[in-house]
Amino acid sequence: MTEKTPIVVMKGITIEFPGVKALDGVDLTLYPGEVHALMGENGAGKSTMIKALTGVYKINSGSIVVDGKPQQFNGTLDAQNAGIATVYQEVNLCTNLSVGENVMLGHEKRGPFGIDWKKTHEAAKIYLAQMGLEHIDPHTPLSSISIAMQQLVAIARAMVINAKVLILDEPTSSLDANEVQDLFKIMRKVRDSGVAILFVSHFLDQIYEITDRLTILRNGKFIKEVMTKDTPRDELIGMMIGKSAAELSQIGAKKARREIAPGEKPIVNVKGLGKRGTINPVDVDIYAGEVVGFAGLLGSGRTELGRLLYGADKPDSGTYELNGKKVNISDPHTALKNKIAYSTENRRDEGIIGDLSVRQNILIALQATRGMFKPIPKKEADAIVDKYMKEMNVRPADPDRPIKNLSGGNQQKVLIGRWLATHPELLILDEPTRGIDIGAKAEIQQVVLDLAAKGMGVVFISSELEEVVRLSDDIEVLKDRHKIAEIENDDTVSQATIVETIANTNVNTGKEA
Amino acid sequence: MTTATANKVKAPKKGFKLDRQMIPTLAAVVIFILMMAMGQAMFGTYLRLGFISDLFIDHAYLIILAVAMTLPILTGGIDLSVGAIVAITAVVGMKLINAGMPAIVAMIVMLLLGAVFGLLAGALIEEFNMQPFIATLSTMFLARGIASMISTDSLTFPEGNNFDFIAEKIKLIDQPKAAHDLSINLGVIIALVVVVFGYILLHHTRTGRTIYAIGGSRSSAELMGLPVKRTQYVIYLTSATLAALASIVYMANIGSAKNTVGVGWELDAIASVVIGGTIITGGFGYVLGSVLGALVRSVLDPLATSFGVPAEWTTIVIGLMILIFVVLQRAVMAVGDKK
Repeated sequence: MTEKTPIVVMKGITIEFPGVKALDGVDLTLYPGEVHALMGENGAGKSTMIKALTGVYKINSGSIVVDGKPQQFNGTLDAQNAGIATVYQEVNLCTNLSVGENVMLGHEKRGPFGIDWKKTHEAAKIYLAQMGLEHIDPHTPLSSISIAMQQLVAIARAMVINAKVLILDEPTSSLDANEVQDLFKIMRKVRDSGVAILFVSHFLDQIYEITDRLTILRNGKFIKEVMTKDTPRDELIGMMIGKSAAELSQIGAKKARREIAPGEKPIVNVKGLGKRGTINPVDVDIYAGEVVGFAGLLGSGRTELGRLLYGADKPDSGTYELNGKKVNISDPHTALKNKIAYSTENRRDEGIIGDLSVRQNILIALQATRGMFKPIPKKEADAIVDKYMKEMNVRPADPDRPIKNLSGGNQQKVLIGRWLATHPELLILDEPTRGIDIGAKAEIQQVVLDLAAKGMGVVFISSELEEVVRLSDDIEVLKDRHKIAEIENDDTVSQATIVETIANTNVNTGKEA
Repeated sequence: MTTATANKVKAPKKGFKLDRQMIPTLAAVVIFILMMAMGQAMFGTYLRLGFISDLFIDHAYLIILAVAMTLPILTGGIDLSVGAIVAITAVVGMKLINAGMPAIVAMIVMLLLGAVFGLLAGALIEEFNMQPFIATLSTMFLARGIASMISTDSLTFPEGNNFDFIAEKIKLIDQPKAAHDLSINLGVIIALVVVVFGYILLHHTRTGRTIYAIGGSRSSAELMGLPVKRTQYVIYLTSATLAALASIVYMANIGSAKNTVGVGWELDAIASVVIGGTIITGGFGYVLGSVLGALVRSVLDPLATSFGVPAEWTTIVIGLMILIFVVLQRAVMAVGDKK
């Protein structure tokens, strides 16, 4: 097994975007007949690496050798011609065309009078049958089959171009368990035919089920290439998040846990809250003055649960009680009216409004709750802006500067100020410290503790277990879109506890694997 | 586990070959038939061969423009310049003939001139990343402006030209009364050839499939490695060249040219395409639908005249029909999505 000739050798791949090194000297070697996973947290550079291999991005330095031939990709067509086919997460097919048309698009069989549709559909049928889709008529509109089957159709397309390398970028993120098994069956078949498969998924169980080899990236850097079967899960998680297992077990200075008095009523009490394909039904209680951490890897459902609590996504099951009263939080407006605020993990696209001033960014949510016909009097507005800029220590202290000119940390502070201005009882913070410098991070962490001390309920979502463990009173552990544990965060709990819980709990049974 | 997923796909019903995407186009067929039947029932002239002959002869140019407009609209784009290209090619062609050029040379120059505007639009869209709407709006003003600079007079053919052979009627069925004759001219034949060309291009070439794919999702088409850029050039080149061809057919028919000819024709062409069932956001539609749309549009004028409705009202009727068709398309899509 070990002395196979690789089909793809990427060496020292560096890709720079203005101001950012997205990839810094990353190596990747793919072997025929193997499933290889690219592992790493958000921003590790997985998708950039894939886009380098598929010709979407040009590399600044490094080399790509496919099947012994050095390659310079100037676009997706070049990569395809070199035998590299890709199935993207958001299946890139044409929903306006039929299944068969999609499979054969650009490779239609031609006769003397242009495209010979009969032959084309026959060919499509053969390729579909290879994917176990013999029951699908090639004339079926693509839009009428499930996403799972669309993915298989996309793989069938890869077979048409005789791909030597098949890249599957998070193909399983919207599939249910049965569909994943169907996909894996096809993946094994394709692998056994000698194709190299590059697989990206955030689901650890799937990684261990299907892959042979792993390449781990962190912050755009190559960490290690390992064989899946020789790598324990906690070691893998450690490499992904950058802490050794030993480091993980050391206990940092933790906040004293807020004990819930017997008979105390939670602010928020949800039962069975869930949304199909997003997160399975979850029970959560959040008390006044409590910090509840949501811990889990990317794709575990931590953000999705936060969004459900805020009504940013509409739940399709469960009950939601607020201070003992049943409510229907179906949209953000209702949530704000009920004093629930949510600060997004996607600061740039869903958080700040870049061209508006800091002042306007702070006032916008409060104004939205009042309605457009009740403007905030200028004096009051000035006072609010001043208060939260001071409270959050926004630098520079200039309310009229466009927010896009502030640093990430200060943008984040303005966003938190925006939500505090609405006087929430429950504040959901999704990755409030992502991508900001150490100083701002510490300030924001302190703000979280202060808010809780003042009696606000805070949900703290973060991919950094260290801060979740340090700040939270209770930790909801999520994995593969299930809540798998609720940990009372006392002195015996450390990052290692969480990692072990994630690594060792089987999602479907809830028992230790 | 295959069975689990297999259950989710309903086996296509036997005998149900009708694609729901075709419903708006079929609606156009029904409406055309109803209009003709109504005209025949009330005025007794609509099914006369002479009437039908004139319908095609007078509107051959619109059929060509409708086919031309189908291509950009199928990709979710649009070509607003076709009416102005008719004007500039007509004025230039007429000037050349009056300067003593042989008709065939004038025609070739007209077609080439149209192609140049198409290439320009394609370059603006693909090289400068402009919206097709804006790109063709600017080529529209450019073409119309140059046409006006060349001449604002109504120009006519000189004596003894050999350009209007295109308009010469060929009697297929000769009846004692002229109103019962079935006749066509070369212009109608050209229009029919264009329709066949459009059909083959869209349904039997890879370029045609790429046009549909771009309409479905341009980024998908690019990621699938389809030649999107080249196809976009082909589309705008074709629509502009066909507009020049429409100009030849129209000019031969009426025997004159002016810089104001073709004002609003791009809108008539768009209306024909939409009435014919092509979806304005792209991805779905048929050339034959556009032809039917052009015929529906063409019958409106004589119907209005027969009813004694002021000519201005026909535009309101067109507007209403477009509205109804778009609502119908939405309804069909909504039903389809629920499945």
